Amino acid sequence: MNTLIFRTAAPFLSALMMLFSIFVLLRGHNAPGGGFIGGLIAASAIAIFGIASGVSAVRRAIHFHPMSIAGAGLLLSALSGFISIFAHVPFMTAHWIYPVIFGVEVPISTVTTFDIGVYLVVFGSISSIFLALEEKDHV
Amino acid sequence: MTASETALILLALCLPFLGAVFSPILYRIFKSNAPWLLALIPLFSLIQFVRLVPRVAEGAVLTGGYDWVPSLGLRFSFLLDGLSLTFAILITGIGTMIILYSGGYMKGHAQQARFVSFMFLFMGSMLGVVISDGLLMLFVFWELTSITSFLLIGFDNEKEASRRAAIQALVVTGGGGLLLLAGVLLIQHITGASSLSALFETGNVLRDSPLYLAAFILVLGGAFTKSAQFPFHFWLPNAMEAPTPVSAYLHSATMVKAGVYLLMRLNPVMGDTALWTIVLPVFGAATLIVGTLLAIRQTDLKLMLAYTTVSSLGLMVMMTGMDIPHAAEGAVLYLIAHSLFKGGLFMVAGLIDHETGTRDLTKLGGLAKAMPITFAAGLAGAISMGGLPPFVGFLAKEGIYEALAAGSFYATIFLVIAILGNALMFAVGFGVGLKPFIGAKTETPKHAHEGPALMWLGPIVLGAAAFLAAFFAHFFNSHFSGPMASAVAGEEVEIHLSLIPHIGVPLALSVLTVIIALVVYWRLAEARAAMAGMFARLGPGPDAWFDSFMRGIVRLSFRVTQTVQPGRLEFYITATFCIIAAVLLVSLVSFGELPQWPGLPDGFLLGHWAIIGLAVVGLLAVINAHNRLTAIVTLGIQGFSVAVLFLLLGAPDLSFTQFMVETLSVVILTLVMTRLNLSPSDHRALGQKVFDGSVAVLCGLGFALLLMRVTQVPFNDSLTAFFNSYSKVIAHGHNVVNVIIVDFRGTDTLGEIAVVMITGLAILALIRVRTGRAKASPVANEEKA
Repeated sequence: MNTLIFRTAAPFLSALMMLFSIFVLLRGHNAPGGGFIGGLIAASAIAIFGIASGVSAVRRAIHFHPMSIAGAGLLLSALSGFISIFAHVPFMTAHWIYPVIFGVEVPISTVTTFDIGVYLVVFGSISSIFLALEEKDHV
Repeated sequence: MTASETALILLALCLPFLGAVFSPILYRIFKSNAPWLLALIPLFSLIQFVRLVPRVAEGAVLTGGYDWVPSLGLRFSFLLDGLSLTFAILITGIGTMIILYSGGYMKGHAQQARFVSFMFLFMGSMLGVVISDGLLMLFVFWELTSITSFLLIGFDNEKEASRRAAIQALVVTGGGGLLLLAGVLLIQHITGASSLSALFETGNVLRDSPLYLAAFILVLGGAFTKSAQFPFHFWLPNAMEAPTPVSAYLHSATMVKAGVYLLMRLNPVMGDTALWTIVLPVFGAATLIVGTLLAIRQTDLKLMLAYTTVSSLGLMVMMTGMDIPHAAEGAVLYLIAHSLFKGGLFMVAGLIDHETGTRDLTKLGGLAKAMPITFAAGLAGAISMGGLPPFVGFLAKEGIYEALAAGSFYATIFLVIAILGNALMFAVGFGVGLKPFIGAKTETPKHAHEGPALMWLGPIVLGAAAFLAAFFAHFFNSHFSGPMASAVAGEEVEIHLSLIPHIGVPLALSVLTVIIALVVYWRLAEARAAMAGMFARLGPGPDAWFDSFMRGIVRLSFRVTQTVQPGRLEFYITATFCIIAAVLLVSLVSFGELPQWPGLPDGFLLGHWAIIGLAVVGLLAVINAHNRLTAIVTLGIQGFSVAVLFLLLGAPDLSFTQFMVETLSVVILTLVMTRLNLSPSDHRALGQKVFDGSVAVLCGLGFALLLMRVTQVPFNDSLTAFFNSYSKVIAHGHNVVNVIIVDFRGTDTLGEIAVVMITGLAILALIRVRTGRAKASPVANEEKA
């Protein structure tokens, strides 16, 4: 599997997939996509990068421990649910704001942050399993 | 009740729990003076309850509380009538004394703050039991008392005997608690009442129900284990391993009376049936006799008291069950008297132990001069326990005799048993409260002198209370025992007993009791030897049976584990899939729910067939693969084909996910496979192949049939319509699937991602465990390097 072509192309491919996963995540609300799928794509990107360049390179690249990323995601999702407390409505009720950034109206909501949390959990959990398995390959 | 009164009562209930939190802090700041401060906590609760006495004495039943889980009919609510209020006063009143006493008894102990914390926890739980209105709330507090009792019995957890006694008490009373839970739920089911106050409105519904027998047995299971009725009495004497304050408070004055409380509580709605009036008195009388005979045998002060506690509880259960006038009066008077004298005597026994270093009766004597205050307290306790004036024990015994003597022949049998039991208890009571103090002075491990005020205050106050209750009998009867008996009997009861002797049958019986008692007391050593001989001939009792029972359970679970969990992955997977196949196919066939042969969906093209063909080819490739890795990778062919089908048939989200899942599962499976030390190819015997293949085919068939059947059930599209029309309007999203996941059912998703993360952590831990083992053998690592 470790051909020169694959090893050379893998980092670029991974970076593209990462970008694509974020695109999929953000468009999810109105078109096919969303946090789950985005997270899976990102995890695949990590898998490709890991197979090509080794686990230590991946760990350096993502900087945080993947489980910390998953934990942060879970926290973010849970907190998104709690925002509604301040408006005296039930847990997890969505809230939207429409700030205008550079003249473009960008809808931001607790739903978006919740979905980002989902993305991080899926990405973090699967990557950490993958990395742990892959790492042992080289012990 | 006004809102503030409700809040005050619930505060009185919560205070002991706060005490549990604050006692370690207060002990750190005030050291050995902390008990004086901590005792203010139960004292405050006590005052709250005492303030309610006049209103309850007039017949008021105070209820109040807050909704807890309204959809289940659960309320956090209290019910205060004569019964619960008297109990609450006993718990907080004796609790105040016990906190002081613990301060003296445990002084210098490294864990004394923790001990007092546990005592507070127990106090709160017990208070909860007696003032709960909700049936389930009662159960929760009931189990809390079992747990705190476990913690306290096992307080000296470095002693084998303590640990065994703690586990035994937990198994017996906790097991009984589970029976009670079933009983409570059954009562709720029969009557529809989720609280005691509602239950009392139902009249004869419970008694007339065909399920009465079941409810009766379950409730008795709870009450008899908690109140140490024969044959469950054995845990109580073993619980004497606990420090003496625990024995005085939990295992004589309060917790063991929870069972009696429950029976008294339910007497108005469950009592007076043939079953009730036979089973309760018979078991109570048996407990009374067994307890006293076992008590005579002992030489350890605490064990003597423990066994008489068993017999006293028997006497209370017996009186609660009797269907004769005034039985309830005898029962409640005895209950109050018992709490006062037994709590006091236990504290006296603890004082003697604390100051002399022994509690073996044969080694004690002539302590009166060295410990005059303790002697006074012990004597007061013994007199009350013996049923002599001028203490409340006298009223109790008169009440019992008066009720039983006026009854039928059936009652007379129990009268004889009561006289015998009382006489023996009298002898044992004086054995503890008098014998160590008189006679020749003996040498004890420690030089005897009076204990600290913290310790003698409790027994003196309880003795004084027992005296005052009898001296002001009219006030006591109209404010405490009378309302309590009314609550037990379920009708207005007035008690007229007083200290003034009136010539009659009860008095004559009292004299008879005293004569028998004096004979036994005189020949206590001989009686002890005779009993020891008798029980030796009887062989092992319930205590030994308990050990065999526990050993049996351990052996059984070991066998079951060995059979069901052999540790072979093959076995687990085969069992799982066999059951899946059986569940799917058997239920589909037996309910006649097999699907019809489906038609093709609209717009099904040749291209779709080609993809299905591809999936089949992938399948064949997997089966024919000689190499495990090849098999895993080719498994992907089939998965991707299905994903393409999803895409073509209009489910892009699903297809998208399927693609990613296929990719990642191939990658991860490959990694796992390379880690396992398996041979690259798969060798199975032909028979094994056929068997595995059939299981696989049956599973697949089951799922296929189920899915087909599901699509053929008339489709209710109200949810689809709802989501389609509101997805954009309410949730600002066009992608209905995503909107459902992150908005409409967001809380579900939160749970799911938590599961994803926990699973990830678990897998990570498993991998780490294996890596850790590999690292633990450095030789292997060096060889690899």
